Amino acid sequence: MSMQDSREAAMIGRRTDGTTVRRPLSPHLQVYDMLQMSSFSSILNRMTGVAWSFGILLMVWWLVALALGEPAYQTAMGAMAHPIGLLVLVGMTVAAWYHTLAGIRHLNWDIGRGFSLPAMYRSGWAVFIGTVVLSVLTWLPAIPGAVEWIVAQINTHS
Amino acid sequence: MAEFKLPANSTIQRGKTFKAEAGAKKVKSFKIYRWDPDTGDNPRNDTYELDLEKCGPMVLDALIKIKNEVDTTLTFRRSCREGICGSCAMNIDGLNTLACLKPIEDVSGDVKISPLPHLPVVKDLVPDLTQLYAQLRSVEPWLQTETAAPPDEERRQSKDERAKLDGLWECILCFCCSTSCPSYWWNGDRYLGPAILLQAYRWIADSRDEATGKRLDDLEDPFRLYRCHTIMNCTRTCPKGLNPAEAIGKIKTMMVERQG
Repeated sequence: MSMQDSREAAMIGRRTDGTTVRRPLSPHLQVYDMLQMSSFSSILNRMTGVAWSFGILLMVWWLVALALGEPAYQTAMGAMAHPIGLLVLVGMTVAAWYHTLAGIRHLNWDIGRGFSLPAMYRSGWAVFIGTVVLSVLTWLPAIPGAVEWIVAQINTHS
Repeated sequence: MAEFKLPANSTIQRGKTFKAEAGAKKVKSFKIYRWDPDTGDNPRNDTYELDLEKCGPMVLDALIKIKNEVDTTLTFRRSCREGICGSCAMNIDGLNTLACLKPIEDVSGDVKISPLPHLPVVKDLVPDLTQLYAQLRSVEPWLQTETAAPPDEERRQSKDERAKLDGLWECILCFCCSTSCPSYWWNGDRYLGPAILLQAYRWIADSRDEATGKRLDDLEDPFRLYRCHTIMNCTRTCPKGLNPAEAIGKIKTMMVERQG
């Protein structure tokens, strides 16, 4: 059974001559400043949550490949070592860190703290900066190798 | 449900431009949402150029000047012009606020004005607030008691008890917050939204009210209360500097606490 939206009733208006007219819906996303800290950090939390759900699937794939034996594991590792695979992995790391830190920010709200506007901006920036720092730290061991690879690519193409 | 695009009859067309008078020194453009039920047309954005040297400081001053001197068909609500009635709530420069409290010079570039977001439009900048008033009625925003009032005096409160109502009683029901909330946009048929939940908390927090349990029961619902995802657009936009997100947070805390 589909439920009718109760707001539908107010969408019908009357013209001066008494006939009915369908009213427009006032603009929302089209005019609102969605890039302000409050809504932007919230949308990012949603998007990183969705991305990380797919990230978990990648991890499951990797574990299943590990259980299936060497050929399957080689395929999985090969895909993840491919530049595009690496890019996805880095993206997943960023998403996971953002979603984790934003989750902590939400836990703080859930115990009734940090609701003032200055606190909201502070915690928002802390999550952004924390995500960058932790993501870089996570990939720190791989950075020398990545730089080497990029230099090698430039040398072979020049 | 979340519908990110405007319906076909609501998309905004390019409108007319009313040029500033010759010799105007300090010209500012106001891009204003217009919709007239008597034409079959879609909404449009009309542009009005004003000389700020001959206009009051607030966005409401500009709207009144346009209506008086440029285009008498421009329709908007206004009354007190000092931020206490809540009539002139609208979206200015991407945020909801009261036109009477918004200085024109705070807006860089053109001043874009549209009605409070995601509501049915009655005409121009006048939205239909029926749903919001019905939802306010649903939280029974009045003092409810079981015990008889003390004879010949009012129900007393300590200073501390009274202080708990500060930041709540000042709400003027302009609905800037509710219409800034994406959750309210997508689920406003069943989610009460920040303005109404702040009002609900105003009575929950009142030491004289004896219906606290019933009030919390009524809010214990996946939609009415828990569609709040602490986005905090409400607190960010409140023209009275109140904190609806915090009031909602306190209701949520009470919900947990009473489960023991």
